[in-house]
Amino acid sequence: MSSDDSAVLAHGLVKRFGDFTAVDGIDLEVKTGEVFGVLGPNGAGKTTMLNMLATLLPIDEGSASIFGVDVAKNPHMIRQLVGVTGQYASVDENMTGDENLRLFGMLLGLSSKQARTTASELLERFGLEEAADRQIKNFSGGMRRRLDLAASLISRPPLIFLDEPTTGLDPRTRGQMWDTIRDLVKEGATILLTTQYLDEADQLADRIAVIDHGLKVAEGTSVDLKSQVGNSTLYFRLADKELVPQGAAVVEAVLGETPQITPEAAGISIALPDPNRAADVLIGLREQNLEITAAEVRQPTLDEVFMVLTGKPTDSGDGDEGDDAREVDRSDSQGGATRE
Amino acid sequence: MPEKSIAAIRKEVLLVSNLIIPASERQLRARPTPKETFTESAAMGWRALIKMRRNPEQFFDVIIQPFLFTAMFAYIFGGAISGSVQDYLPIVITGILVQTALTACMATGVQLREDMDKGVFNRFRSLPMARMAPLVGPMTADVLRYAIAATLTLLTGFLMGYRPGGWFWGVAAGWVLVVFSGWSLSWIFAWLGTVARSAQAVQGIGMMIMFPLTFLSNAFVPVESMPGWLQWFVNINPVSLVISAVRDLMNDGAFTMQVVWAVVGCIVVIVIFAPLAVRSYSRKV
Repeated sequence: MSSDDSAVLAHGLVKRFGDFTAVDGIDLEVKTGEVFGVLGPNGAGKTTMLNMLATLLPIDEGSASIFGVDVAKNPHMIRQLVGVTGQYASVDENMTGDENLRLFGMLLGLSSKQARTTASELLERFGLEEAADRQIKNFSGGMRRRLDLAASLISRPPLIFLDEPTTGLDPRTRGQMWDTIRDLVKEGATILLTTQYLDEADQLADRIAVIDHGLKVAEGTSVDLKSQVGNSTLYFRLADKELVPQGAAVVEAVLGETPQITPEAAGISIALPDPNRAADVLIGLREQNLEITAAEVRQPTLDEVFMVLTGKPTDSGDGDEGDDAREVDRSDSQGGATRE
Repeated sequence: MPEKSIAAIRKEVLLVSNLIIPASERQLRARPTPKETFTESAAMGWRALIKMRRNPEQFFDVIIQPFLFTAMFAYIFGGAISGSVQDYLPIVITGILVQTALTACMATGVQLREDMDKGVFNRFRSLPMARMAPLVGPMTADVLRYAIAATLTLLTGFLMGYRPGGWFWGVAAGWVLVVFSGWSLSWIFAWLGTVARSAQAVQGIGMMIMFPLTFLSNAFVPVESMPGWLQWFVNINPVSLVISAVRDLMNDGAFTMQVVWAVVGCIVVIVIFAPLAVRSYSRKV
């Protein structure tokens, strides 16, 4: 049975709020042990989909199972299998970090002594022991997220939902969160995460589904998706503004195309057919003794991904290609597996 | 605060062997057991007590109202209704006991509603816990508030010269009945809290329920002084039932049928409103 190694198996999920269809028939399969990223802009239906799978919202149409347990029929069992970390820290503002974790521990069936031990273990593991006795309202954004994630781990859940785990975090805290997520995967957790950032999905996810207006518009590894999106861009700045024409000449000589120039910043940018060609350009610059102060190969932005996948910018249209993608998903041969 | 190095955190995470328990090794339960329901409610009650300690201003109503209302009502209406303040005390003290419990109930509903709008309730809903625990816990912790209100009302009464004929046991039994009826009637406001759109709405609707219930009762004036059609309502008003029972216990030290009816009335309220509240709570997102 194909669902044996599936952590999540969902077919044709639909959620409507009045006239508005937030999720419009999404199929999803997350394999046990993988990190599955759901990528999409605000309002794409990511959180709604996650909430349906976490039993926080009733499923209007379609079916879903988690480790073979039907979500709609056995919500209490699903809640024993899934740890949810929400977009907005779902911890109690008026309680301390320690009290929060003890409360959740007791709610998960630990004795008050076990809850105390688990709380202090988790606080230490997440580097929060200094803040154990501080109320959450005095926590920084990053500390809240970490406490929130710690709270989701009390039950040692095999499946963890992370709803935009790093939105609004500074780069350093973001990196810490990513490391924590990787460690959880090493421990055997399956992770379903939503994000607005392509680089986050790229860093963490084994497979990615791109969602827009409640529809899945693409699915695959980040390499698959990026190959659909195409070129990356090389951008560099020269130390000496006067030498910009020479720099541009090097680019033309290497890639055979005319670069874009921002003269004020002595910046030059060029689309790359293959990211590896960036090195060729940089070697060319070195050979000409042109000194650079900055260089980066940029990934396509989420907007660019959407432009390519839907043919439209992120904020308009419902995407004809989206409908096509849905048709493809529906004809997926693993169709009936959840219903058993 | 000094942040731990990423490496240190990672090392610790890796040290703990079973951070995750796989699905296949889990014994899944289809629903919470009664024991779990009890311990989860107790945990939610503990949370409510912590919050009370952090926000002592929550106690203003149950601390000030007993003094203010007892003195005000006794000195203003005492002479007109019973001929003297002293003779009015057995009527008004018992009336205000129940009235303050009811006001405290309303605050229970308002606070529950405010609390439910917070992010942490999303986590409660995502946990495998009894759906009634987030209601039962804080509502039961609020028994503390009813107890404070009832005790302070009685103390004010004693200071003003109230000498109940039921002596210690009568007063104690009346006190227990007041606190129990507070807990029972708070299910009405808890239900309101789960269906209303905002805490302000609970407050507004609560007022509209509370005022008729307290004033269209035997709390402050003898029922015989009211028009006949009103007497009909006053006599079936559960608040009147509780007040009559408290009077029998405290003033006469008598365990009458009124007491039985009051307890039955409270239980009927729980039987109707507790399932309604739990159902609309578990539907809410």
